[in-house]
Amino acid sequence: MVENRPFLTLLTHLVLIIGVVVIVFPVYLAFIASTRGGGDFMSGVVPLMPGPHMIENYSRMLTAGLSTYGAPPVWQMLSNSLIMALAVSIGKIAISITSAYAIVYFKFPFRFLAFWLIFITLMLPVEVRIIPTFAVVANLGMLNSYPGLIIPLIASATATFLFRQFFLTVPDELMEAARVDGAGPMKFFRDILLPLSRTNIAALFVILFIYGWVQYLWPLLVTTDTRYYTIVMGIKRLAQVADADPLWNLVMAAVMLAMLPPVLVVIFMQRLFVKGLVETEK
Amino acid sequence: MANIDISGVKKVYPGNVTAIHDLDLSIDDGELVVLVGPSGCGKSTLLRMIAGLETITEGTVAIGGDVVNRKEPAERDIAMVFQNYALYPHMSVRGNLEYGLKNRGTPRPEIDKRVTEAARILEIEPFLERKPRQLSGGQRQRVAMGRAIVRHPKAFLFDEPLSNLDAKLRGQMRIEIKRIQRSLKTTSVYVTHDQLEAMTLADRLVVMNAGRIEQVGKPVELYEKPASLFVAGFIGSPPMNIFETATLRELPGVSLPASLPQGADVIGVRPDSIVLDQPAGAAIALKGTVELIEPVGGESHVYVRLAGIEQIVILVVQGRATFGETDEVAFYLPEAALHPFDKTSGRRIE
Repeated sequence: MVENRPFLTLLTHLVLIIGVVVIVFPVYLAFIASTRGGGDFMSGVVPLMPGPHMIENYSRMLTAGLSTYGAPPVWQMLSNSLIMALAVSIGKIAISITSAYAIVYFKFPFRFLAFWLIFITLMLPVEVRIIPTFAVVANLGMLNSYPGLIIPLIASATATFLFRQFFLTVPDELMEAARVDGAGPMKFFRDILLPLSRTNIAALFVILFIYGWVQYLWPLLVTTDTRYYTIVMGIKRLAQVADADPLWNLVMAAVMLAMLPPVLVVIFMQRLFVKGLVETEK
Repeated sequence: MANIDISGVKKVYPGNVTAIHDLDLSIDDGELVVLVGPSGCGKSTLLRMIAGLETITEGTVAIGGDVVNRKEPAERDIAMVFQNYALYPHMSVRGNLEYGLKNRGTPRPEIDKRVTEAARILEIEPFLERKPRQLSGGQRQRVAMGRAIVRHPKAFLFDEPLSNLDAKLRGQMRIEIKRIQRSLKTTSVYVTHDQLEAMTLADRLVVMNAGRIEQVGKPVELYEKPASLFVAGFIGSPPMNIFETATLRELPGVSLPASLPQGADVIGVRPDSIVLDQPAGAAIALKGTVELIEPVGGESHVYVRLAGIEQIVILVVQGRATFGETDEVAFYLPEAALHPFDKTSGRRIE
């Protein structure tokens, strides 16, 4: 606002601070818990200051895990999640950008039918088709494997749609100029369309990486072997124990570790994303 | 460098819309031909067919004696300058200039030589490492030209390249394009809807209307001897005055020159050939009321409403008009300045 009204400034800041506190406080609490000893969170008073067991808790979770709770070391689950999230996001982008390219730039019979078929799948969430998908994956012998974790999630109607919309805004003259300049379809895609889509790819990568990272239901269904556990479902197993109190300090250490990669991706890609936004001009 | 031969070319779009009807045109080596006409007359379609961006329904297009109907744009060895420049936004100016050459596998030293040469001709050396968005409209236009020049193509194709520039820059670039085309002597086809641009640039002018060629010739020929009413109205600014001879005959005291050919039921007169003083030879004398005077500097455009019929006549008066608005004026259409036309066919009568 142009006006300088101290009260308004105070009010807006207050609202923002309250918002931040609401979001950050649980995360802070999780961090505190992960630095405390085993029984601290069961004592009735929730501690608000960090405890002395941080290194101990984290190193135990990373290297050994909680075998009695059926959970492998966290590093293993983290790497499984990383493989899955990366493969899902890169795969989704690769497949959807090429299919969007085909739909926008090539004239072939049933082009619109193809587009609408892809579009219609937007309306079917994973959960709706999860049983048939499971049956297919099981019959193909892909249970407890990376392909089983990744392939069923790899197609993306949303990303195809987004790339299609972006390609439609690229002026036709650019393609014509490239044709006159002797660039064939693949060359045009690689030399011109791909660099122009850089920002869209970065933005989609962030969204899709997090989508892949937080997958819960699907990994839970297709993995029974601890070697293929992903972190998000692993945490659930850690917290769900029979005849004992959950070891909250250790669970929270795993939670903190699970949060790290998506945060890093957001921080790292944000720079590229903003830079791209400022630079792009069609 | 090469000549371009267009024979019997027809373009039919899906849905049976005919954009070009059976068109013949041949463009000599090194010539700058301007295609001009109102929007939708098919001039851009014709250019895009020469470029290979549009398929040819019927007929043939030959560049340098080679029928290119089925060739890709890149194989036709032409270069095109687009209206919105179509520069690759993520590449530097140098990258833009080099791209076409790289795709053709031109050796590196040759690429560098040609880029330097084109940059020098167009005076864009200081911007070679910049991105297109850091350039002004005129500079982008130069880069677009440069992209065409570096290729040393058989022909340049211009698709309204100046219409995104402001009036002053347009004038400058027009001169620039003519200068470059003269020095490179590359066959060029230039599409525009701006008749001033067309008149000043063209070696030969092609006036198109509704998918057909109305007239082809030197700009001055077209101005002095328009072959049809359409050309008469399109070329020249302010536009030619058109009179129906039947209406003129009915006016009291007006007599038409005996030299007027048979069947001339429409006559046209250029605003600048109308005179205020009785000329030596035969002339049509008319009277009217001045409605509006537009001083444009060296001359004034005077809009006169004819006495008796409600028709507006435009005349160009050198310097300032000696009369004011609402004044009565008498003026003369000299016999030699009359352009006789047949009303139904719209063609000129000799």
